[in-house]
Amino acid sequence: MYEFLKTLDRRWVFLLMFLAVATPILLKVTFPEKPSAMVMDVFNAIENLPEGSKVLMAWDFDPASRGELEPMASAFTRHCAEKKLKMYYMALWPLAVPMIQDSIRILEREYPHLEYGKDYMNLGYKPGNEGVIKVVITNIRKLYTTDHYGTGVETIPMMNGVTSVQAMDLIVNVSAGDPGTKQWVQYVATPFKKRMVAGATGVQAPQLYPYIPEQLIGLLGAIKAAAEYEQAVINGYPHLAKIATAKEGLRRMGPQLVGHVLIVLLIILANVIYFIGRRRGDSR
Amino acid sequence: MNNRANAIWAIIFVVAAIFLGWRIATGNFGRVYVKSQQVTVNADDGSVAASWETHTKVPPRDHQEEGVSLSIPRTIGLWAGAILTLCIFSFLYGDNPFYKTAESIVVGASAAYLMVIGFWTQIIPNLIGNIVPDWTRTWATPGLDPEAKADYVYLLPLMLSIMLLWRLAPVGGWISRWPLAFFIGATAGFRLIGFMEADFVAQIRATIIPIWVKDAAGGVDIWASIGALTMIVGVISCLIYFFFSLEHKGVVGKTARLGIWFLMVTFGAGFGYTVMGRIALLSQRLEFLFYEWLWLDSPTADAVSGTASLIMPALGG
Repeated sequence: MYEFLKTLDRRWVFLLMFLAVATPILLKVTFPEKPSAMVMDVFNAIENLPEGSKVLMAWDFDPASRGELEPMASAFTRHCAEKKLKMYYMALWPLAVPMIQDSIRILEREYPHLEYGKDYMNLGYKPGNEGVIKVVITNIRKLYTTDHYGTGVETIPMMNGVTSVQAMDLIVNVSAGDPGTKQWVQYVATPFKKRMVAGATGVQAPQLYPYIPEQLIGLLGAIKAAAEYEQAVINGYPHLAKIATAKEGLRRMGPQLVGHVLIVLLIILANVIYFIGRRRGDSR
Repeated sequence: MNNRANAIWAIIFVVAAIFLGWRIATGNFGRVYVKSQQVTVNADDGSVAASWETHTKVPPRDHQEEGVSLSIPRTIGLWAGAILTLCIFSFLYGDNPFYKTAESIVVGASAAYLMVIGFWTQIIPNLIGNIVPDWTRTWATPGLDPEAKADYVYLLPLMLSIMLLWRLAPVGGWISRWPLAFFIGATAGFRLIGFMEADFVAQIRATIIPIWVKDAAGGVDIWASIGALTMIVGVISCLIYFFFSLEHKGVVGKTARLGIWFLMVTFGAGFGYTVMGRIALLSQRLEFLFYEWLWLDSPTADAVSGTASLIMPALGG
């Protein structure tokens, strides 16, 4: 057994991980989530805004991190729609445009009373990374002469009086890397003291925690926080519990639990094999 | 791998192939149904200003409802997404031509997508649209501000762009170094300010906090105090670990060693978060394969198709 485990082919580990993730998905295993204090900070930042407040929804992620970030983006969208906030979507990643369209599809399907141009709009993608942030914080119309669909921004009612991102009451950023939350903190939240919350991938989250609470009100780190935030939104607006797509993050916590247990067991097993090998004087 | 392992893997692949074969034979998977709806926008005088048809994805169980039809482009997209996902997953078994093909498609499609997006979102509205706005409005962006006047300052970035592309010319490649130097200098200055303000000054300020944190009643909040103390000790010990002007021995050495422990905990947290992220990505892909492609009883039958929703608009579905 020792010899087998010591030279275990990594493909067996992949197969085990496939089974660990696939089984809870097929069995639809879910667990209750209790929103943490950090998640409630994010929730309250949106919840405490008065109706009609302007929120910049900066979606900076692409399909590669969709599994982790789409639940957050959808929950932010639903929460802002429930609060009747004005949503301005924009993207610094070219492939974030379909992600924005997915969020807008939620508004069209679940909130048909909300109107494009009055309650929400899609500014679309602009290349230039943090350069775009630097421009829109002082003059949004310099870069965004039209919305994503080619309509002149001066003809869109909710752009009345919006000359820069400084007009926003809150910035909500969902980010998978650079440019993303770090750049929004560096060029908007810190120098202009703008209120900001963010959702980030697990890889990114540890680098962003130091910005809390001075530069970031709160951060949703990885799928666990996404699930907690979904739960917080459902607690606040219980009718959302009937919508299956409003619980995407909650649903993905089943595979997380089994997958993590497997990883922990594999780490323990690898260490046991290492110490047995050392005791035996095995140099390999 | 030994023969026994090869045999087990062969059995796994055969079982998967039989399952797929069974699904294909029964025909109960891999189709996308849509409901079509006519949208009409009336002008102020009541005439039809614009009219178009929208296609909304419906759950397979509703495919016999009125107005629901099979969407061929979306079905092709669904199969393309599923096959490409399996091709990428095949790399876990080992490098192979299927993986290489899928990888090349991703790289090629991404490059083309970026070029098209860059052209229509930057070059047309922000460069050409500013230099010749009237002409741009006639053929590219009718929504451009009718009051817009030509702004010839934008000839400067146009000139820099041409100089940058000059490196492709057989002679005078050095010309591209000037705009490159401009971009590097501007970017460096630009980022320096952001980092100085948000990551240096603001972070120092955020570290200057009381160690004894008081609660609302005026007493000492033990856990908040422990948190504050841990943060301050962590910052100082990590800074000392990276301070190489003093030899790491004695008090300095012990503090630097504590700094290593803090760093290890940070790396561990990063690793844990990364695992969580990767499992989330895997579970999303498996949900796509199980529910959207194989129709294994979706919990979100009304879900917007993942990969298909990205590909289909491009195919007109």
